[in-house]
Amino acid sequence: MLKVHRDICGYCGCCVSVCPEGALELIDAYLSVEPNCTSCGICAKVCPLGALEVINEK
Amino acid sequence: MKSKYDVLIIGGGPAGALAGKTAAEKGLSACIVEKRPAIGAPVRCAEGIGQEALHEFIEPDPRWISAEMHGAGIVAPDGFLMKLESDMAGSKVGYVLDRKFFDRELVWKAAEAGADVAVKSRAAAPIMENGVLKGAKIEYCGKVTDVKADVVIAADGVESKFSKWCGIDTTVPVREIMSSVQYVMADVDIDEHSTIFYLGNEVAPEGYLWIFPKGHRTANVGIGISGKKSGQGHRAKDYLDKFVKKTFPNGKTIEYIPGGVSVCRPLSCTVADNLLITGDAARVVDPLTGGGIYNAMYTGKLAAEVAADCISKGDTSKKALMTYDKTWRASKMGKAIERNYHIKEYLIKQPDAKLNEIIHSVSKMNLKEFSTISLIKEIIKVNPKLMLELGALAASLR
Repeated sequence: MLKVHRDICGYCGCCVSVCPEGALELIDAYLSVEPNCTSCGICAKVCPLGALEVINEK
Repeated sequence: MKSKYDVLIIGGGPAGALAGKTAAEKGLSACIVEKRPAIGAPVRCAEGIGQEALHEFIEPDPRWISAEMHGAGIVAPDGFLMKLESDMAGSKVGYVLDRKFFDRELVWKAAEAGADVAVKSRAAAPIMENGVLKGAKIEYCGKVTDVKADVVIAADGVESKFSKWCGIDTTVPVREIMSSVQYVMADVDIDEHSTIFYLGNEVAPEGYLWIFPKGHRTANVGIGISGKKSGQGHRAKDYLDKFVKKTFPNGKTIEYIPGGVSVCRPLSCTVADNLLITGDAARVVDPLTGGGIYNAMYTGKLAAEVAADCISKGDTSKKALMTYDKTWRASKMGKAIERNYHIKEYLIKQPDAKLNEIIHSVSKMNLKEFSTISLIKEIIKVNPKLMLELGALAASLR
């Protein structure tokens, strides 16, 4: 699953623009992750701050 | 906010503001909805704009001009500085804005023209009737209301969702998002009237680092790198911190600004039935410079003009609204985007040695017209073999 490190996130929306599923939305100062997120990790790669992380579920 | 408008505009940045102002001036009822609680904040921008580009829309006002630019510099990967000046020495070539106040001014002008404005109001979903767009569900302080409109103008920025909800693919390819960070820095030694661009794969892979002066010993110091080159331990912030530590060890960061800038081609179609897409949401950023303020204002204004025309004729179908798409593509802006896209694609493939060679070929350049295209043309003049390397693009540069 995708974890948003809210202490690092600068709510800029860079990740929203690259999400192929449209699963991210920037609601003012809050990044929301919708259930259709596939944990592809594209957003985590491009985040300028490193606020997103794909955590492998066991 | 009323329950029905001629035009509903999603987003209160430069595209939305110009759309609102133009629609109101055309006698339409219009409303700009902005999801943030304040127009203009937080800033997501390096704030630079060319002199002529700004003047086309608004006369500069000291309340929102941070600094006037008289020249620019490009620093090669090896540290060599190429200076660019207007051939009219000392003349203004551009501005660094204060977007917090600039955006407010634009929205104020829209309001003054008669447009409604609603802040902290988010478009949560489109209203679809029989598969046709009829407005948007607007959420304000936890309450959702239906706002109907003949035409919706999506001006919702790089993080745009509205067009995607209407079935248009707006996804930016990973390699074409500029993953960016900027610090507003105080107490820094800078040339207060010159923008500086640093190139190179060590400094800013497939992007550039910038210093845009904001006044006395103050500057926007920022970087954009390709999303493809970004990853843990080598993100935009890592590159910027390294540069700042070396270049401005005693500078103080007074604002911290992350962001994303698309440098892809614009959306393949920027209209749908009852929908027009503008500015960053339409991906009409200049792919070479990452500049988007002018393009946003231009497309925002044009969208409202076309909307007004189509509403008066009673046909706001995709086919009728296509005039908007065709007009901006054929415009100076549309052509510049296409040409600069090719130049960007060429430049990002060049190794540092090649960039050094190109930048060393000219130590000081006086430009008649201060623009990226005249710079490129001058560079080609002294490096004729670049023409061959640019291939099919060369014809458009003559």
